[in-house]
Amino acid sequence: MNFLAAIGRAVLNLLAQIGRVTRFTGQTLAAVVSAPFYGRLLAQQIMRIGYFSLPVVGLTALSTGAVLALQIYLGGNRYGAEAIVPQIVVLGITRELGPVIAGLMVAGRVAAAIAAELGTMKVTEQIDALTTLATNPIKYLVVPRLLAAVISLPILTAVGDSIGVLGGYLVSTYNLGFTGSIYLKNTVDFAKSDDITSGLIKAAVFGFIIAIMGCYNGFFSKGGAQGVGAATTNAVVTSSILILAADFALTAILFHT
Amino acid sequence: MTAPSSSNKKIELIGVKKRFGSKVVLNGIDLSVEKQSSTVIIGGSGTGKSVAIKSILGILTPDEGTIRIDGEDVTRLKGAARDPLMKKFGMLFQGGALFDSLPVWENVAFGLIQGHGVARSKAKDIAIEKLAKVGLASDVAYLSPAELSGGMQKRVGLARAIAADPEIIFFDEPTTGLDPIMADIINDLIVSTVKDVGATALSITHDMTSARKISDRIAMLYQGKIIWNGPTAEIDRSGNPYVDQFIHGRAEGPIKMAVKA
Repeated sequence: MNFLAAIGRAVLNLLAQIGRVTRFTGQTLAAVVSAPFYGRLLAQQIMRIGYFSLPVVGLTALSTGAVLALQIYLGGNRYGAEAIVPQIVVLGITRELGPVIAGLMVAGRVAAAIAAELGTMKVTEQIDALTTLATNPIKYLVVPRLLAAVISLPILTAVGDSIGVLGGYLVSTYNLGFTGSIYLKNTVDFAKSDDITSGLIKAAVFGFIIAIMGCYNGFFSKGGAQGVGAATTNAVVTSSILILAADFALTAILFHT
Repeated sequence: MTAPSSSNKKIELIGVKKRFGSKVVLNGIDLSVEKQSSTVIIGGSGTGKSVAIKSILGILTPDEGTIRIDGEDVTRLKGAARDPLMKKFGMLFQGGALFDSLPVWENVAFGLIQGHGVARSKAKDIAIEKLAKVGLASDVAYLSPAELSGGMQKRVGLARAIAADPEIIFFDEPTTGLDPIMADIINDLIVSTVKDVGATALSITHDMTSARKISDRIAMLYQGKIIWNGPTAEIDRSGNPYVDQFIHGRAEGPIKMAVKA
């Protein structure tokens, strides 16, 4: 009996959690479309979420592009198909690795920071203080972060795509004997705009997930330092899992498979 | 729902109940606070004092009962409909709850800028004026809250609470964590600023020295109900054993401290 009760409790907990996230998301979306609009906070968050994530996204994209080129070359070599490197690199980066790597890196960097910041504000009653100062905390805290993440992630991904292709280019020309101009021509000729835009759409969705999970976990954290720590962990874990799940769903939808 | 009355009651709680899960925190609170008076709710830790104030502020919604401000039922007022009401309120939080991302003056001016739409430069002037009222020099205005001592943070919190000239000010444990002298200074400031703004005050505390000093009336909360309510001068003659035990801080008496939650 206890065993069944435990399963029941877990299921109820999960459903309650999903309900709370959904409600929180709904409240946030309603707040996006109604005044007041905090432009200064949005700019600040774009700096923090987007601009300051450039180094980490750039670095991971560079190494991913380089490793990808190397692996495809080695794999393709078995069939004498090593010339396919530029095509596969640009496809893999723009469709898949660019947005997912940007999403996961930003999830680790930003969802954690958002959850820790809002969680601390929650436990020190700063969020309640906003309410008493006639300011809607969702509009003031969540909306700027959500918009900033949805705007920043596609831009980060576009930059990451370029740097990823550059990584492949560098390895291919310096180590694998490709001619630079031919590599670039093959890349540009092969990549279709759909490959790139599908990745950017994914990135925007990932940004949405990161901001909502960071803010939600922060808003509902409880019980001092330990609670904030748990909120931070949950924000990173849930946003990473949801990014991977959404990636699969979006790939299926965007490419009609 | 009744029509707004012309009575002198600023805040009214009628049969307010609130529970969290199976834990009943407020079990039918009745309390009214007259205009420009100062009421203090006393009671042990975890008796629901904060929940009562948060229900009035709308941060929590009661399960049952009615809350009226100026005779108007505001119990379930939400969203934009609540905005005009929130502008009547000011609150001093227990830990100050200052925004650590903003300098002191922006903390004080926050409600003016965000809630009331006052221009930043003008709000800054008002903030510096309010800081002076709580005894802080203008150079403090540019510090970050983390650079302030506990007593100074309370002062800034007080300046922020009175910045928009609220009609009702809530004080949550205003003297907790302060040394006795600083506590007395804050008590004096509370009395003078509340009079100065002409506000109605509702405070919660378990510091009896503070309660006696800042209140006209005291209400005692025990097991989710107001068990005594009367003028501050009469609290020593309440004839209520629970009140007597609390104000004298005795371990022995009818109140049994719940060791387990």
